[in-house]
Amino acid sequence: MPYAVLFLLIAALAIVGYWVGKYRALAVVGGGKGIRQLHSLPSYYGLLTALWAALPCVLVLIVWGAFQETLVTSIVKRHLPAGQLTTAAGQVGLFMNDVRNVASGAVPRDTASQPVQAAADDYRQLQTIAATARTGLVLALGVVGLWLARRRITATLRARNAVESLGEKALLFCSLIAIFVTVGIVLSVLYESILFFKAVAPHKFLFGLSWSPQTAMRADQVGSSGSFGAVPLFLGTAMISGIALLVAVPIGLYSAIYLSEYAGPRFRSWAKPLLEILAGIPTVVYGFFAALTMGPALRSLGESMGLQVASESALAAGLAMGIMIIPFVSSLADDMITAVPQSLRDGAYALGATRSETIKQVVLRAALPGIVGGVLLAASRAIGETMIVVMAAGLAANMTANPLEAVTTVTVQIVTLLTGDQEFDSPKTLAAFALGLVLFVVTLTLNFIALYIVRKYREQYE
Amino acid sequence: MSKSVTETRALVEKTLRRRYWAERRFRAYGLVAVLLGILFVFFLFGSIISRGYTAFEQANLTLDIFYDPAVIDPDGQRSPDALASANYNTLVRNALRELFPDVQERADLRALSQMVSTSAAHELQARVRAHPELIGHHEKRRFLAAADVDQLLKGKIDRRQPEESRGISDRQIAWIDHLQQKAGLRLYFNSGFLTKGDSREPEQAGVLGAVVGSAYTLLVTLLLSFPIGVAAAVYLEEFAPRNRWTDLIEVNINNLAAVPSIVFGLLGLAMFLNFFGLPRSAPLVGGLVLTLLTLPTIIIASRAALKSVPPSIREAALGIGASKLQMVAHHVLPLAMPGMLTGAIIGMARALGETAPLLMIGMVAFIVDIPKGINDPATALPVQIYLWADSPERAFLERTSAAIIVLLAFLIVMNAGAVILRRRFERRW
Repeated sequence: MPYAVLFLLIAALAIVGYWVGKYRALAVVGGGKGIRQLHSLPSYYGLLTALWAALPCVLVLIVWGAFQETLVTSIVKRHLPAGQLTTAAGQVGLFMNDVRNVASGAVPRDTASQPVQAAADDYRQLQTIAATARTGLVLALGVVGLWLARRRITATLRARNAVESLGEKALLFCSLIAIFVTVGIVLSVLYESILFFKAVAPHKFLFGLSWSPQTAMRADQVGSSGSFGAVPLFLGTAMISGIALLVAVPIGLYSAIYLSEYAGPRFRSWAKPLLEILAGIPTVVYGFFAALTMGPALRSLGESMGLQVASESALAAGLAMGIMIIPFVSSLADDMITAVPQSLRDGAYALGATRSETIKQVVLRAALPGIVGGVLLAASRAIGETMIVVMAAGLAANMTANPLEAVTTVTVQIVTLLTGDQEFDSPKTLAAFALGLVLFVVTLTLNFIALYIVRKYREQYE
Repeated sequence: MSKSVTETRALVEKTLRRRYWAERRFRAYGLVAVLLGILFVFFLFGSIISRGYTAFEQANLTLDIFYDPAVIDPDGQRSPDALASANYNTLVRNALRELFPDVQERADLRALSQMVSTSAAHELQARVRAHPELIGHHEKRRFLAAADVDQLLKGKIDRRQPEESRGISDRQIAWIDHLQQKAGLRLYFNSGFLTKGDSREPEQAGVLGAVVGSAYTLLVTLLLSFPIGVAAAVYLEEFAPRNRWTDLIEVNINNLAAVPSIVFGLLGLAMFLNFFGLPRSAPLVGGLVLTLLTLPTIIIASRAALKSVPPSIREAALGIGASKLQMVAHHVLPLAMPGMLTGAIIGMARALGETAPLLMIGMVAFIVDIPKGINDPATALPVQIYLWADSPERAFLERTSAAIIVLLAFLIVMNAGAVILRRRFERRW
């Protein structure tokens, strides 16, 4: 029985359980008149019964769903021709693909090889057994749970407390998901990275100067042995992010100052949302803009000045990224500037300072930690930005300090290494996860420092 | 004493002009920065719209098709196989030949028939299979013109360019002019762009497949991230004790909100695809990844909404004997719901524009069919934009911009919805 039908059945069971529990509770105390003898409202007895019926089923189903395929695969694997058992994981994956195709009827049975046919028959049989066992187990569990819950109902059963403590646990579980996600990211990226570092030494990766991830597909292939020195990528990332910050920080900071200190409420009420539109535009749009408007424009501008500008120059990507993070810088700086107490400004005015002098010498200095935090957050966003650089920056890992040339970044390489054909045992694919690990660690550190600074600063004036 | 005061005065007055100038300059810098930012907004929208609006029109031409029995069904059996496998290109070519009786060379004839989109033959095939009685009759039908013809009509190909660099020959331009008079070649509203899936031929490509893929992905995201996000926010705001664990959860949520989206893609690839063996390119996996991505946004917005409900409501509910969960479920949540929904819409808008994590889990495949469920291979609207932006054909340029217009339209509608929701239902206490 497919999962959707099973879930519907469980839902139906829960509804039945609700009514059974509710009426059982009323029956125990002798109908509506005795309702005051019940500890909780009758609907809580119903809810408790429904939970007893449905919850174990759902849990079992989820666990089952997570492991069924793995289990079946490991059993079916014994049909793999003896010689191939030791070969790489990719081979097993290919074999299992064939088996699944044959078993589902997508590929005619007689076109497949002998072991695949045998395995496919086995696979189909196991799937049928698994599905029957699943349905039987889940339904039995639901009925037993319902029956047990009904038996337990007495007038003194603290049904509301039971339901509510379960509800609170569910809420706690949901808030723990954030931690699970972080752990999941760290584990999955770390696991593949460790595999990568077994093939390539960490210091060669972190400090190597040459990046060409093309590895030989076959042992007898010549050339392209692959080198994984990531320094050119780090430099490229730093250059593009640097250009972006050079654009975004002055414009963002000045507009924050103007909007919070000079602008009247009317100007502010339409200028601020308009600026924030920039933050809502998807990055793929900036990427398209950078690649097809900014790039050619810079190129022809460069030509008119006698400069050689690459069509995928770091400058174009950096400028577009800078425009993207303007509202990010400006809204954070705005928060920080408005958090500076009015008394500091009044003090400066009383000493005869002009407005701009007050801003430059008092307000900005007081807000500096917060602004630095905001810039760090913006930098972390620029470093992790993907689509703009994928579309507008180059693929070749050049080591150059010239922003008019094409450079590549960490995120670009992750995307190019992981889209298209991939085998999960080659260092080429695994390198993407190592890059992802570096990216995660760097952005996390930046965020951590920035949030710490911002929080410290906020406390100062609260 | 008095001397030093006057001296100071003189000093101040001497510098005052300079200081006032500095003041005005500083103010002007600020204004310029704001205007520059706004200018970027208009420039961005302007450049996209001016490139893309033409894609909502498409060159069509009307040909007088003769359903020639000798071509379609030489046996006269009307068997479905024969009707399916007949060469319908010949019908199109014959119709064109009648318009240009003087074109005789094979190469010229081929160039001529290339001016009609390849979809013409498919359309004729479907038409004949549905109405076999048409065989032997004439019918006027409208067909898509090829992308180059379309681009020339829209002025995207410059007629004055030298022939080699133009991609369309002088001869073909002459034919196009002739077709404009004889076959009603002109621009029509391009309904195919909004009702068709992707295609290798620019003139046949549409965004519907990507829009439906995005819709399925967002559906999964919304169904998962909204309940989980609200539950997490309720726990943290109403139930959690102040201790180190709660702090850890909070720091985690704030950090996740700033993790680059591509890292979530790596998580999806390693966890959902490789470990759990979920299908590649499926909206289900895309939705799961985007759920993790939008969860922090929704949690933060929902907490703000819960915070804005005054404590007096809670006290009143507890005072008349409600349990804590009853207080939250019956009183606090309904009051906080508009704020939470606003946060959810904004989170969904962010998820709709997200591209990088979807690239990681394989939603970049070229998919012609419109997905029918959350397990079908699909692509999403921003990924479609990325794919088209990479295409070398000139005609895809305007399609890309048009797809961006569609994406931005969805985003504007969603954000406007959030604003209206906030204005309508937000209560100030």
